[in-house]
Amino acid sequence: MEDMLFYDRMQFAFTITFHYLFPQLTMGLSLMIVYFKWKFLRTKVEKYNDAAKFWMKIFALNFAMGVVTGIPMEFQFGTNWAKFSELTGGIIGQTLAMEGMFSFFLESSFLGLFIFGEKLLGHKLHFVTGFLVFLGSWASGYLIIATHSWMQYPVGYEVLENGKFILNNFGALFSNPWLLPSYLHNQAASIVTSSFVVAAIGAFYLLNNKHNEFGKLFLKTGVIFGLISSLLVAFPTGDWAAKNVAEHQPVTFAAMEGIFETEEGGSEIVLIGQPNMLEKKLDNKIAVPNILSFLTYQDWNAQIKGLNEFDESVHPTNIPGLYYSYHIMVGLGTIFIGLMLLAVVQLVRKKLYKTKWILWSIMFMLPFPYIANTTGWYTAELGRQPWLVYNLLRTADGASPTVSSGNTLFTLLGFIGLYLLLGLLFLMLAGKIINKGPQLNQHH
Amino acid sequence: MELFWYIVLMTMLAVYVILDGYDFGAGIIHLFFAKKEKDKKAITNAIGPFWDANEVWLIAAGGVLFFAFPTLYASSFSGFYLPLIMILWLLIFRAIGLELRGQVHNPIWEAIWDKAFGIASLLLALFFGVALGNVVRGVNLGSVVNGVSTHEAHYFFLPLWNPTFSPQAEQLGILDWFTVLLGVVGVVALTIHGANWIIFKTNSDLNEKLKKVVFILNFVLLALVIVSLLIWHIIEPQPFHNFIEHPWLWIFPVITFTGLFGMFKVKTFKKHGKGFLFSSLFLGGGLASTVASIFPKVLPSTNAINPDLTLYNVAAHEYGLSVGVYWFVIAAFLVGVYMTIQYRVFKGKMDDVGYGEH
Repeated sequence: MEDMLFYDRMQFAFTITFHYLFPQLTMGLSLMIVYFKWKFLRTKVEKYNDAAKFWMKIFALNFAMGVVTGIPMEFQFGTNWAKFSELTGGIIGQTLAMEGMFSFFLESSFLGLFIFGEKLLGHKLHFVTGFLVFLGSWASGYLIIATHSWMQYPVGYEVLENGKFILNNFGALFSNPWLLPSYLHNQAASIVTSSFVVAAIGAFYLLNNKHNEFGKLFLKTGVIFGLISSLLVAFPTGDWAAKNVAEHQPVTFAAMEGIFETEEGGSEIVLIGQPNMLEKKLDNKIAVPNILSFLTYQDWNAQIKGLNEFDESVHPTNIPGLYYSYHIMVGLGTIFIGLMLLAVVQLVRKKLYKTKWILWSIMFMLPFPYIANTTGWYTAELGRQPWLVYNLLRTADGASPTVSSGNTLFTLLGFIGLYLLLGLLFLMLAGKIINKGPQLNQHH
Repeated sequence: MELFWYIVLMTMLAVYVILDGYDFGAGIIHLFFAKKEKDKKAITNAIGPFWDANEVWLIAAGGVLFFAFPTLYASSFSGFYLPLIMILWLLIFRAIGLELRGQVHNPIWEAIWDKAFGIASLLLALFFGVALGNVVRGVNLGSVVNGVSTHEAHYFFLPLWNPTFSPQAEQLGILDWFTVLLGVVGVVALTIHGANWIIFKTNSDLNEKLKKVVFILNFVLLALVIVSLLIWHIIEPQPFHNFIEHPWLWIFPVITFTGLFGMFKVKTFKKHGKGFLFSSLFLGGGLASTVASIFPKVLPSTNAINPDLTLYNVAAHEYGLSVGVYWFVIAAFLVGVYMTIQYRVFKGKMDDVGYGEH
């Protein structure tokens, strides 16, 4: 039984982690492609259209990976989490079915037109198809986060005697206080990923002294989008999301921040330290007094409940994992703001393209937004444990009753092998597209 | 309300089979009949801009199943665990076969992805037929062993096969001679369907040969359909009781056989879309006849202890189903608009779309 739950959780964690590497880029990148295309329509400068076309290739590859790894996510609710699906399907099925009907049809119908249709449609309609693909991908994110928000903060429901959750207020799913902060935080973070990728490829071209014109364009666009989005991730969206956790999931908040004991007169903010679960304290701690109380409640002395105040049965299952995920996310987010601020300062001083060390830093920063996005989601998901539906349905009670651990391990190993192959193919093909660079011969 | 969503779900599944069915069929044709690069190009051009949107019908139907019939979704997805995960893997291979082939110009690379696309399509056609066979045959709900349920009444788990390979054994498997027979029906029917789509959407040199293939395979299909109907009586003693009680349901078998017999005239069709129309009628009518024969069951029980799953005992609660109608009607209208635009832009022959060229 324990094994079964472990493999079910590993399979979901593995497949969703891999899957989300792709949509986090496509959501942000679709916005940037629409920007390039719009810029072309306004200025008629050909390089903007070429830039849009180049990023469309990367987008199409990512999109294909996102689609093929996305279908297993929807299926796994039923295959591995049958009990959860049976009990809550009347509610989360609403938002998931809406995602299929409203966003997947929109994306898939217009992606083909966007990729193959430039000549057939002309530039204006081509821009419209791009915009519709962008709209579809953002709608998809919205409906997924509406589902996620219901699991974190259930609303508009009623529990029947047989344990089934039934919907009694459709509107509540969308006015859920958890939804808007999470959605904005997540979307801003996906723009961080895309702008860092665009900037990193720009830096790569400049350092290589190849495709210089595009290198400058990508770098400039990337750092401007990057600075704005990394600021938005922290404030107001991240701040808002964290306050939500503090208010509605105080035990999760304590674990995220590494607060084992309630401190009278205000809590410190932990910068570094390793949770020691045997002695219930942080080892090698570096912390600044009273800051956490101030950030959370705008009061230096506000009390923040420590883990000691809560029964162990409601403690997050993996406190160190949650703590590290959160701190990695916040730490990287801070570095992103710093680097992009420096880059924009150099851009304004017209020195960015020549400042080698910033170019190298931006290039090497490429994987880190992916890590920050992933650890951000781990914070949300590990923070919800041991619950599937917060305070109402335990994860242990949601797994499929008839699927044995041997079968789940079999499919988990299959997914690992298959996704390893997909990952290698993706890197190889993305590398090929990037190395070839934007097509200058398309200038007329 | 349950009935409304049942019709919606079955319609979406039928649309999925008709649309993605031609992709699978095209994949099978690609595997067995396309030898020249030119022929392969013609086939991938004919499905390239559509397959992704076609696959969305499966995802969307899955979503509607989840939301409107959560108990059926939970029961069947966990019970058919292994074949469903394998279908996911095959869908991945089909997709990357199509999408990655054109990314590198190298004969070995192209050969690998051609085979991935073709073999995955073939197996998917087989698996979807087998899946239909499993639903018709029913499963051991509650996993009854020696007269005692070992799980809740609506849960079960099927291994891939049992040693006897029989659809009437107490402990069933996914594959037995009945479900495999329906799998073969699926492969033959979709091969014909895919060939009809290629004839419809291309000016390929292959088309004349494909008309012969359709003509010959149609005899095979007719024979398989007759055999399946006879065998059906072993699985379900009274397969026609719904048709006797509600004679208007005979319209579905009539549609099915109109499609089937219509295809024998494939060589004389002046309009290229006609064959595709007939094979669509066959697929849609065949699916409708099948679900009509087991209605209102959605997953029959093979034991006497636990009741069949019907659309009434697996549905979500009334309020959710009613409120869903509002957004569904809007979404369905939008889907109609998207499809109209998509098929108008790519209307006529598609030999010059340039799918997969980078």
